Amino acid sequence: MKFLVFVEQRDGKVRKASLEALSLARKLAGGPVAAVLPGQGVAALAKDLGRYGAATVYVADRDDLALYSTKGYVGALDAAAQRESPDAVLIAATAMGKDVAPRFAARRDVSVLADVMELRVEGDRLVGSRPVYSGKARAEVDCGKASLQIATTRPNVFTSEARDGTEPKVEALDIGTIGARAKVVRVEVPESKELDVAEADIIVSGGRGIKGPENWPVIRDLQEALGAALGASRAVVDAGWIDHQHQVGQTGKVVSPTLYVACGISGAIQHLAGMGTSKVIVAINKDPEAPIFKVATYGVVADVFQIVPELAKAVRAAKAE
Amino acid sequence: MNSLVCVAYVPDTETKIKIASDGKSIEESDVKWIVSPYDEYGLEEALKIKEAEGAGTVTVVGIGPERVKTGLRECLARGADEAIWVDSGDSRYLDALATAKALAAIAKTVAHDFLWFGQKAVGYDEALVGPMTAELTGVPHVANVVKLEVGDGKIVAHREIEGAHEIVECALPMALTAQKGLNEPRYASLKGIMGAKKKPIAEKKLAELGIPEADPANAKVRWRKLELPPARQAVKLVPPDDPAAAAKELVRLLREEAKVI
Repeated sequence: MKFLVFVEQRDGKVRKASLEALSLARKLAGGPVAAVLPGQGVAALAKDLGRYGAATVYVADRDDLALYSTKGYVGALDAAAQRESPDAVLIAATAMGKDVAPRFAARRDVSVLADVMELRVEGDRLVGSRPVYSGKARAEVDCGKASLQIATTRPNVFTSEARDGTEPKVEALDIGTIGARAKVVRVEVPESKELDVAEADIIVSGGRGIKGPENWPVIRDLQEALGAALGASRAVVDAGWIDHQHQVGQTGKVVSPTLYVACGISGAIQHLAGMGTSKVIVAINKDPEAPIFKVATYGVVADVFQIVPELAKAVRAAKAE
Repeated sequence: MNSLVCVAYVPDTETKIKIASDGKSIEESDVKWIVSPYDEYGLEEALKIKEAEGAGTVTVVGIGPERVKTGLRECLARGADEAIWVDSGDSRYLDALATAKALAAIAKTVAHDFLWFGQKAVGYDEALVGPMTAELTGVPHVANVVKLEVGDGKIVAHREIEGAHEIVECALPMALTAQKGLNEPRYASLKGIMGAKKKPIAEKKLAELGIPEADPANAKVRWRKLELPPARQAVKLVPPDDPAAAAKELVRLLREEAKVI
């Protein structure tokens, strides 16, 4: 099967999620694959993609692609797909990927295996596994008889693998005039410059069990010790204890970090929907019946204020060794 | 300005999911159905735009079996002017492309400036239909909108991405997918509920829209199997009596066993 992988870059760096998709494509193809990289000043990034599995990188490097443009970036993917004629296209299910994939799919009269957590090849067909009903079930899906198979891959589930290898062939794409009617005029980053939960490998989250916003410092101490992002349950966001950008859950952000530490969070279904696929979950809660213990890897049935400060201390001590 | 608001009628999120006997869908007998929460933000914004202008029509459209009409009535009760039900005949999974084609067909028949969706339909959780319909309709879209500024000839949408907001200027007509934070959806008033009974729900048949993918044999995404997620191992509890010791043990487990720190 021939694969084409959409590669996303931000602030001069290729997104880790795209490297995961690229490595996955190489694994499924049994060899190097093609990639497409739109943006501005990105040609230099193309070379490094060889280590992650690209034999050819189609680059659309233009000033008017400096900021994201649906039409421009989809146009680049489309142009690369026309040159490469892939059987399958993989795109990381980031905000950008989730924007590009459905528009490209509709243009090609096909659909998308969205946000897959497993992907394999059976003959000439992709077969994926994706979470549905807020993660309460998994659907095994395929593309029927669709001529072009597109899948978006959930970030931080697949492994990116850098190997020694040859530099890829870099091909310039000509995508013509873009003529977009939706134009990103600027990107606003919130003042706080906090690590976003959606990007983080480690998350420390606080729930009702922290008793009040004046106690965030206890949680933040552990957050700092672990180099983590700060998450929150819906209850504390609705109570006004912290801004909505920290909310993890069905109506907040869906995250899949390597480590999720839930402090004083009961584990309502809607919260689990947002973090249930974390690799390792640590639960700290006074209530032994709290549903969070059903999904946790490790747990302590104890008061948050007893355990969390000690945990921060122990983490720092371990890191100092 | 007119809005066409696409709504999905989905299982309530508290629903316990049971796999049906066909092994690829959910058991529907005990399901409580609701308008997908993200679609409510789209409806609310459409109503706000209409109220700010003092003019315009808000039309809601939903695809599915008969029960979808209940969801459409709720939207009419909140203030939508008209509703369209596309009868899909049964409740099996309709792939996103088929759904988008059906909505695009309806969009051709309803004058609108804004085409609204939720950022995803809760349940299928695909986040595909909005951008697909926009592509098929030939309009620009902005997804994950948390703020919308409607000015004189200028529309500015704030789109939520990882750790930032993209500020997007867009021409009309346009499509938007609504994200939590865009607004606070209103409840239907008693007056609204009573008035909704008189508002029309037009009926169309999916089978008559000429969409190949509406036939399961031509679906471009198929559900082969539906399963409960792999069972997690039972939690390893660390004795809590000595907090310092418990913390040290947790760190040891995270380092040596789980290897995550």
